[in-house]
Amino acid sequence: MQNLDSRPAPYAKDQTQEAAEEERQWEATEVKEADHVPDTMQTPDVPPPTPAKDQFQEELVIRPLHSGDIYASFQFRTMWDTDFLRGSKVSHYRLFPKSLGQVISKFSVRELHISFTQGYWRTMQWGQPFLPSPPGAELWVWFQDTVTDVDGAWKELTNVLSGIFCASLNFIDSTNTVQPSASFKPLGLGNVTDQRFLRYAVLPREIVCTENLTPWKKLLPCGSKVPVCLMFDALMKVASSQSFRLSYNTSEICHNSYCKSTVWELRQTLNVVFDLHTSGQGKREWSLFKMFSRTLTEACPLASSSKVYVDGELFELSPTTPLLSQAVVLGDRRTYSVYDLTNQATFGQTRSLNMLLRWRAAESGDMLRPLLHGERYVAGYGLQTGEIHTLMYNNHPYRAFPVLLLDTVPWYLRLYIHTLTVTSKGRDNKPSYIHYQPSKDRLRPHLLEMLVQLPPNSVTEVTMQFERALLKWTEYTPDPNHGFYVGSSVISALVPSVVAMDTNSTRECPLFSSFFPCKEESSYFMRVYTEPLLVNLPTPDFSMPYNVICLTCTVVAVGYGSLYNLLTRTFQVEEPSPGLAKRLANIIRRLRGVPLL
Amino acid sequence: MAAPLTLLLIVAVTIRAVLFRSSLAELIPERVEVVSPLNAWKRVVEGLALLDLGVSPYAGDVFHEVSPLSIPLNESNTSIHPSIMADALTAVALYLAVKDYNKTVFRKQKYALEAERYPLDCLELIRTPKEMYYIPLKVAMFYLLNPFTILSCVAKSTCGLNNAVIALFILCTVKGSSLMSAIFLALATYQSIYPLTLFAPALLYLLQRLYIPVNWQRSSFWLFTTQYTFMYLGSLCVMVCLSFFLLSSWDFLSSVYGFILSVPDLTPNIGLFWYFFAEMFEHFRLFFICVFQINVFFYTIPLSIKLKEHPIFLIFMQIAIISIFKSYPTVGDIALYMAFLPAWNHLYRFLRNIFLVSVVLLACSALFPVLWHLWIYAGSANSNFYYAITLLFNVAQILLVSDYFYAYLRREHHLTHGLYLKRKDGSEATLVLK
Repeated sequence: MQNLDSRPAPYAKDQTQEAAEEERQWEATEVKEADHVPDTMQTPDVPPPTPAKDQFQEELVIRPLHSGDIYASFQFRTMWDTDFLRGSKVSHYRLFPKSLGQVISKFSVRELHISFTQGYWRTMQWGQPFLPSPPGAELWVWFQDTVTDVDGAWKELTNVLSGIFCASLNFIDSTNTVQPSASFKPLGLGNVTDQRFLRYAVLPREIVCTENLTPWKKLLPCGSKVPVCLMFDALMKVASSQSFRLSYNTSEICHNSYCKSTVWELRQTLNVVFDLHTSGQGKREWSLFKMFSRTLTEACPLASSSKVYVDGELFELSPTTPLLSQAVVLGDRRTYSVYDLTNQATFGQTRSLNMLLRWRAAESGDMLRPLLHGERYVAGYGLQTGEIHTLMYNNHPYRAFPVLLLDTVPWYLRLYIHTLTVTSKGRDNKPSYIHYQPSKDRLRPHLLEMLVQLPPNSVTEVTMQFERALLKWTEYTPDPNHGFYVGSSVISALVPSVVAMDTNSTRECPLFSSFFPCKEESSYFMRVYTEPLLVNLPTPDFSMPYNVICLTCTVVAVGYGSLYNLLTRTFQVEEPSPGLAKRLANIIRRLRGVPLL
Repeated sequence: MAAPLTLLLIVAVTIRAVLFRSSLAELIPERVEVVSPLNAWKRVVEGLALLDLGVSPYAGDVFHEVSPLSIPLNESNTSIHPSIMADALTAVALYLAVKDYNKTVFRKQKYALEAERYPLDCLELIRTPKEMYYIPLKVAMFYLLNPFTILSCVAKSTCGLNNAVIALFILCTVKGSSLMSAIFLALATYQSIYPLTLFAPALLYLLQRLYIPVNWQRSSFWLFTTQYTFMYLGSLCVMVCLSFFLLSSWDFLSSVYGFILSVPDLTPNIGLFWYFFAEMFEHFRLFFICVFQINVFFYTIPLSIKLKEHPIFLIFMQIAIISIFKSYPTVGDIALYMAFLPAWNHLYRFLRNIFLVSVVLLACSALFPVLWHLWIYAGSANSNFYYAITLLFNVAQILLVSDYFYAYLRREHHLTHGLYLKRKDGSEATLVLK
């Protein structure tokens, strides 16, 4: 009953620390809610003194992972209540990047999502990322339904984006573009479900490097100013990071909860996982300075909100912050320490902020196992056939949930849909929905979408046989024996929340509120990407084109020649040819005009 | 004669049934020598699975069969697989066709003898009823017990069906039923374009049977030619339209005939196309595809002129040329023309390098799986090894066919000019091509 306090007490705290926590204030902040603006900012309900049409927010989330690594997620959000698509041309840009705005208006883009990822997110060790993405480059775009030639617009768009982001997005063509029917729904406004306006492509071979960061930085209003500077040093460390990803998401969202007006939102995120063990010489200690070689000194002056969140409670944090925030992220209730960079007090007397994290115990405690997890591998030997196995883990102890599996397989692995098997717990698990589009050679890839029910606490295995094609010698990559990449499968699901799973959670809220366990948190959307595959194909001998052309033509000529010989000639009795002396004599006789011998 | 044939059929079906139940039944359908993208049973099943999912089987690039033939076949759940029945049917059709053809040959020979058209020293070239008696059975045996046919049958390749259609076409032609002959020829053409070249020999044979000389001035010649062409084209049209109405789209045209003609699938096989077009320079591709495809059809005209008196031998030549130079050949195609070899038993004395050719063919057949294993599974060889064997195999086939052609022409020459030729000075002469 003591928990029925007006101020919710932090749970799972030691009594000794309670005193220290008393000074802290609680702040009702939703971290991942897009349409909810934190309290510290001007809210749309209260009109601001000068009606700024665009606003910019920045934040950094630091989450120590259970493996001992540090996950840093920079997020920058620009919102602008303009209309790129209708009426007059937008020419005055303030915070919103002009290059992107022009792209949106030129190609009538409704939503644009790009991510570049280096390395692979280890879900079983690190938990779920805030924003999952497949290794390589991923691009998916919803076009407005006014676009008539979607394929043409898509082709042009990928080429333009390739220039803007210094990436080889121009390699996206019809052979790796698909139109998923269910897996990728618009994230913003617009309830379009017509997949004709959606294009999705993955380039698993794309290598992300520092050259992709310069254009990324240019899209930010503060450019390389604070605290983005942190990021830049982070970039220098890309090589030492385990996983690294850049992404851009643009979509139209509601301005307020009534959706009377709309704004354009651009979210730029940069997620890095730092390997603490290699850089920290085994000490379980971490600081901003150590990682980024500098400290935070000020917020971006254009930002309406600038915050640093530190996730978790298993370490000491110095300087301590009075602000705490609780949020349900990916079905898990987390407590964050918040540093508000717009507040000068945060920087203290040294006018710089250098957070120091020191682990309290050697063990970092139990990690919540990800409820949904996917794996993929190729089975079989030899270069003729093979089998793709996709494993989907449902780690929920008692709840079954459906998942959408999306597989895009290039045409040169010829899939046989009749060999598709889905088994869970040793039994056949028939998908309730299958959307399959077979490939066309050199034109389009295979697309397989399935709705599969995952039984609780189980592994579901999807297998499918394929045949490896022999390609033309010019179609191989410069390093053909390295193999060909097959993009990740995408598993999309509404996963039952851990919060809902936790029966103790009812203790913290008033009893009257919990007749039915927190409905709004009962499940959340999640997307999981499996590993990309590397598949070897049989190769011709690349040094042989001339030889092969000569030899095959010779064989054809042997056939032609022998038939021609028999067709045009006739049998005749062989007369012995005269000797050399006689022939010479005949020549001389012919010259002399004398009858021949 | 019916009893040995029945016995042969029982033996052949038993062999196939045993192989179907052995572990080889899983291995053989994966062999690239036995199945091609055109006739693999796996792809037929895939096409039906696509139909079940509500996708047109021609939407993808896996299924390349013309639909109405294969769909009812798959749904037959009899204990004897359709490919076994197709093989038996082919053998019986070939048996009857060769039997009838031999009768015709013998009758003609009798007339020629009575008219004393043969030189006196040619008596040893004259065919006797005794040696001709077992030829039909041998033909059936060559087809049914040929390892190539057995492999193709166990792989459930639809090649057996094509062979059955062609065998029935030959039977109908030999029997003189021009309508059925046209229908079966249209069916064979509809399955895979190449049998189109069999039109000329069939027409020649039917004309010969009706004692209509090939003469441009004669109206009877033109009448029959138009009649046969109309029957052929009409039934072809009906078949094409039928498949259109079955799926109500013309996709199958590009997916079947476009696939055969433009060779987009370079999966290794025993033919000449796959490696050549895998290694081809992009700007020469179209040119060489045209050259290679014209090469198959081109021989029809000169061969028809040269062999216009011998249409059945012309059919044999055409089938052999198709199976060597077609874009996706399999061993099943080879088995069909090899079945005719006993029918040309009497040419044996004129064959020049039959021993060499048969040894090369045997060695190549053994080396195909070995080099495939080295390339694909062991990784210790590369594609050139397998390619070299396909080259050699095709050279051997070409030599075999041209050898038979040579022998046939030479025998005909001897039948008019005498077997023991003398030079002007009276010494023994050798015959050369000039």
